[in-house]
Amino acid sequence: MSDVLVVSEHRRGELRDVSLELLTAGRELADALDGDLHVAVVAGDVERFADELNRPGVDRIHAVENGEEFDHTVYAAAVEALAERIDPAAIVTPNSVNGLDYAPAVAERLDVPLVADVLGFEYDADGGLTVTREMYGSKVETTVAVEGDRFCLTVRGGEFVPAEGVGDAEVGSVDIEAPESGARVKGFEEVGGGDVDIADADVLVSVGRGIGEEENLDLVEELADALGATLSSSRPIVDNGWLPKNRQVGQSGKVVTPDVYIAVGISGAVQHVAGMKGSDTIVAINTDPNAPIFDIADYGIVGDLFDVVPELVAEFE
Amino acid sequence: MKVLVTVKEVGEPDDDFEIEGTDIAASDLEYDLNEWDDYAVEAAVQLAEAGIADEVVAVTIGPERAEETIRMALAKGADRAVRVWDDAFEGTFADVSSKVDVLEAVVDDEEPELVLSGVQAADTAFGATGVALAERIGFEHAAVVNDLELDADAGVANVHRELEGGIEELTEVDLPAVLTVQTGLNEPRYASLRGIRQAQRKEIAVTELEDLGLSAADVESTLTLTEMYEPESESDAEIIEGDAGEAAGRLAEVLRDKGVGA
Repeated sequence: MSDVLVVSEHRRGELRDVSLELLTAGRELADALDGDLHVAVVAGDVERFADELNRPGVDRIHAVENGEEFDHTVYAAAVEALAERIDPAAIVTPNSVNGLDYAPAVAERLDVPLVADVLGFEYDADGGLTVTREMYGSKVETTVAVEGDRFCLTVRGGEFVPAEGVGDAEVGSVDIEAPESGARVKGFEEVGGGDVDIADADVLVSVGRGIGEEENLDLVEELADALGATLSSSRPIVDNGWLPKNRQVGQSGKVVTPDVYIAVGISGAVQHVAGMKGSDTIVAINTDPNAPIFDIADYGIVGDLFDVVPELVAEFE
Repeated sequence: MKVLVTVKEVGEPDDDFEIEGTDIAASDLEYDLNEWDDYAVEAAVQLAEAGIADEVVAVTIGPERAEETIRMALAKGADRAVRVWDDAFEGTFADVSSKVDVLEAVVDDEEPELVLSGVQAADTAFGATGVALAERIGFEHAAVVNDLELDADAGVANVHRELEGGIEELTEVDLPAVLTVQTGLNEPRYASLRGIRQAQRKEIAVTELEDLGLSAADVESTLTLTEMYEPESESDAEIIEGDAGEAAGRLAEVLRDKGVGA
C-alpha cells in the first residue's frame, strides 16, 4: 500500500481554495496507488482548518501546531517529519508561491523527484506515474514519465474540483521540532489601493504586451474613455512601470468579475486568466489566433489592435 | 560579496510552430535570455554598482548556442560567466536534482554569498531549482522576490515575496541565501554599445561535468518527456470576421447590446 500526503495551505486565518482541490487530486492518486490519503495542516488555527479539511475521502489529518503563518523552515520540517512517519509514495503540495518556497526543499531533502505545476496525472502499477503539464507559456502540453515509486508533485490551482461534504477522517496532532528559521516573516502588505479599484468596474478595457510601447497606451485609454470603461492590464504592463500595480488583473494582482472584459493584446497566460475568467462577457482582440485568451473569450477579433481599436473608438464617438 | 546569477537561454515559440518529437522545432523558436533571469542579472549588477557586490558571476547550463545570450548578461554588467555543458544533457529533460548537482559544484568553486535565480524558466516552468539549490548547499532562501534590500553589515536581505491576490510578505532572510527573482523587481537595462564591446573580452569558462567532479550518471534525469502536443482549443468564442472596420462595427453592436457606452 502506498499512501499520499497532501499539504494544505492557508493564509491570514483562511484556508486557501487550492487546499480543497488538492484533496480531490490526492484522493484520485491514493485510489490509483491503493493507499490512504493523509492531509497535513501546518501552523495557524490547525483545529479549525482540520475541521474544514475533513471531507469524504480523507483518511487522516495531521495537525502541526507551530506558529501562525507560513514559514518555510517549519513547513519543510513538518512535511519531512510526516514523510518519515507515513512513508508516502506521493507528497502533493499546491503550486503556489508558498508551495514553491518549501516543496523543492523537501523533495531535495528526501531525495525524491519533483514535478512542478502539475495539471493531471495517471498511475499504473507497471508504468508508474505519468504527469500532464504545460510548457512554453501554456502553448504546449506535455506528458512526463517519472522514474521510481516516490515523488513530490506541486499541483496547479483550479485544475481539480474542490472536495465537498463532511468526512470522517481521524484527526491527530503532531509535534515537530523545527530549527530556528533563517527567514523571518515581518508582516504583510497589500499592494494596490490608490486611485481606482478595478474590481468595482462594470466594464474593463485591459491591455497587454501586444501594445508594444508605453506611448501606445493612449490608444487604449481613448477606448476606455469612449466606452466609459476602466483601464486595467496584464502583468508585463505593470512590470514595465507603465501602469501602477493596482491596475493589474491576475493571480498576483486583482481578481475581477466585470460585466464586460475587453482584452486588448493579451495572450491569456494562465496567471492572467485566473484573475478574469469570472467576467460575464469576455472580448479578445489579438493577432495570434492560437492565443489562449480565445479559449475563454465569448467574442474574438483576430487582428491587429492598432487597426481595430481606432475603428472601435470611432464607433463610439 | 560575490553574487552568482543563474541564467538560462530559452526558446520563445513563434505564433506558428511545429512540434518535432517531444519538442518544438528549433527553427520555430526565438532564443533569448529567460525573462526572469534578466531581472536577476539587473539586481546583481545594481548590487555591484552600489558597492555591495564586488563580483557578479553568471552561470548557465546550456549548449554552445547559449553563448550569445550569456554575452548579453555580460554586456549588462556581469563580470564573467561559467557555461556548463556536457553531451550527457543532450536530448534529455533534466530534472531539478541534476541541475542542482551542477550548480552545487559551481557554488563550491565560486563561494558566493548570494545566489540570484529567476523564479522560473519560461520554457519548462518548474520554478523549483533555486529553492532546491538552497537546500542542497545549506543557504537560506526566499522564493518569488519582488523587492530586495540588502543589508550586508547585518548579513540579511530584506525582501518582499509576491504572494497571490495582491499580497506581499515582508521577510528578513539571513545570508548566505538564494533568492528567486520575480519580474518587476527592477527595470532591466538594455546593454549599451560599450557594454557589448566589453562583453567580448569577458571570460566565459566552458566547463564539462568532469571539470566539476561529476559524471554523466550523476545527472541522469528521473524525468522523461514522453509527449508534447498542442492543447485542444476549447474555444466557443464567436470570431468576428471582416476587415478592421467591419469587425469593429460588429463588435460595437455586441457591446451596445450589453449596455456598454450607452
